[in-house]
Amino acid sequence: MGVLPGTSPEASAEGGFGLALRGLSVAYGARTILRDLSLDVPAGSTTCLLGPSGIGKSTLLRRVAGLIDGPGTVQATDGRPLAGRVALMGQGDGLLPWLDALDNVLLGSRLRGERADRDRGLAMLARVGLADAAESRPATLSGGMRQRVALARTLMEDCPLVLMDEPFSAVDALTRLRLQDLAAEMLAGRTVLMVTHDPWEAIRISHAITVMTGDPATISRTLKPDGQTPRAIDTDSARDHWRQLMEALGEMA
Amino acid sequence: MSRLLTAVVTTFVLLGLWQGYVWLSGIEPFLLPGPIAVIETLIARHELILRHLGTTAQEIVLGLLIGTTLGIAAAILIHAIPAARRIGLPLLVISQAVPVFALAPLLVLWLGYGLWSKVAMAVLIIFFPVTTAFLDGLRRTEPGMLDLASIMSATLSPFRRTVALMLHVRIPAALPALASGLRVATGVAPIGAVVGEWVGSSAGLGYLMLHANGRMQIDLLFAALFVLALFSVLLWLSVDALLRRALPWQPDSFAR
Repeated sequence: MGVLPGTSPEASAEGGFGLALRGLSVAYGARTILRDLSLDVPAGSTTCLLGPSGIGKSTLLRRVAGLIDGPGTVQATDGRPLAGRVALMGQGDGLLPWLDALDNVLLGSRLRGERADRDRGLAMLARVGLADAAESRPATLSGGMRQRVALARTLMEDCPLVLMDEPFSAVDALTRLRLQDLAAEMLAGRTVLMVTHDPWEAIRISHAITVMTGDPATISRTLKPDGQTPRAIDTDSARDHWRQLMEALGEMA
Repeated sequence: MSRLLTAVVTTFVLLGLWQGYVWLSGIEPFLLPGPIAVIETLIARHELILRHLGTTAQEIVLGLLIGTTLGIAAAILIHAIPAARRIGLPLLVISQAVPVFALAPLLVLWLGYGLWSKVAMAVLIIFFPVTTAFLDGLRRTEPGMLDLASIMSATLSPFRRTVALMLHVRIPAALPALASGLRVATGVAPIGAVVGEWVGSSAGLGYLMLHANGRMQIDLLFAALFVLALFSVLLWLSVDALLRRALPWQPDSFAR
């Protein structure tokens, strides 16, 4: 498979930047979800936010993406604004049901009124193994295929920062493993901030794992597994990481 | 095939019961003519009936086109502009609370005995279901899609971003809801036109029915009524088929 513009680690590392989150607080009405949360996300690697459901992981991601406002700052380490340099992959596939797979991949340029690069879109679909599905509507695709279209759409945006919100939680275990491999391979070199409630997922594909616990959520621990991603999960060190993460998750419970 | 058979059998049984009652009870034909008499009148006076159908059909179709256009525009304005929301929403509810039947004489007074007072009646009746259904659709866009599209369009100016989200995400996502509104509108549009004709007109099936009623030509009344019902059903089926073809991504099934 050839190297495509914007998918090689070299290409994306160039514009790479990390994130400095300082003093983030978010409240919905009387309920404080996040209070004074600070975190550094290193450039060019995958950072996982691990925590139980409902703790505010998605809220934090939406705050970083600028979808909600609140006290505190979200800054790129290169000092430039984030707008236009962030891609999001959400919990659902977020595919528009009235567009075929290719047009979904090209959604970003369509929204911005730019000329859509169909050839590159097709190449992205080919990269995720869906060259034949370019003209299929989402309803005719399986859950795993839809997530792959979503991944192709994310890559099409070619942003140095990718935010992922439990992107593989809706597919079966085997499909999830394959998607994790694919994502790890294709997002290599980009700055990725991913939230998940699955310790195995975190161990498999991240360079640093940050555990969120408590209410309002705070960061209780950061773990840096060694070795290449995607990591095998049937090794002693992976099991050791898992034990540590479960301990960290259990501390505040 | 069996569905068609069921429909045909049901129709004939009902018509048979009707004809049987007329024969057995010996009721006067100027009070209740049997279906055979109605069909005879339908054939004998088809030119007259078709001419009046032409008028009514024109009123209904024009009413649908104008009402739908206004409804779509109103829903978008109410959704997009806060000031339009504060003024438009109460107006919308009031427009529905005032019975259109009570407005019919006024409309005839203002717009005359011709076509446009009936078109206005149809528009008034159609406007509400189209606007509310489409507005509901616009408000219920899946948040995940909006988050995604907002981030993708983060570099646009706020105005262009709102327009882009509206055109590429909200409106297409709301089309199935608009289609529901259009189905309701198509079903009720003939009521508007016919009520308008009853109040004051010199043409149309409503006028013909009222006219026939006054002259005890109940067979003609029934014939006109039959044609009106047939036209309404065919119109609804065409609109339904058109909408389904236009929105092929919509799941579409009846209870099994």
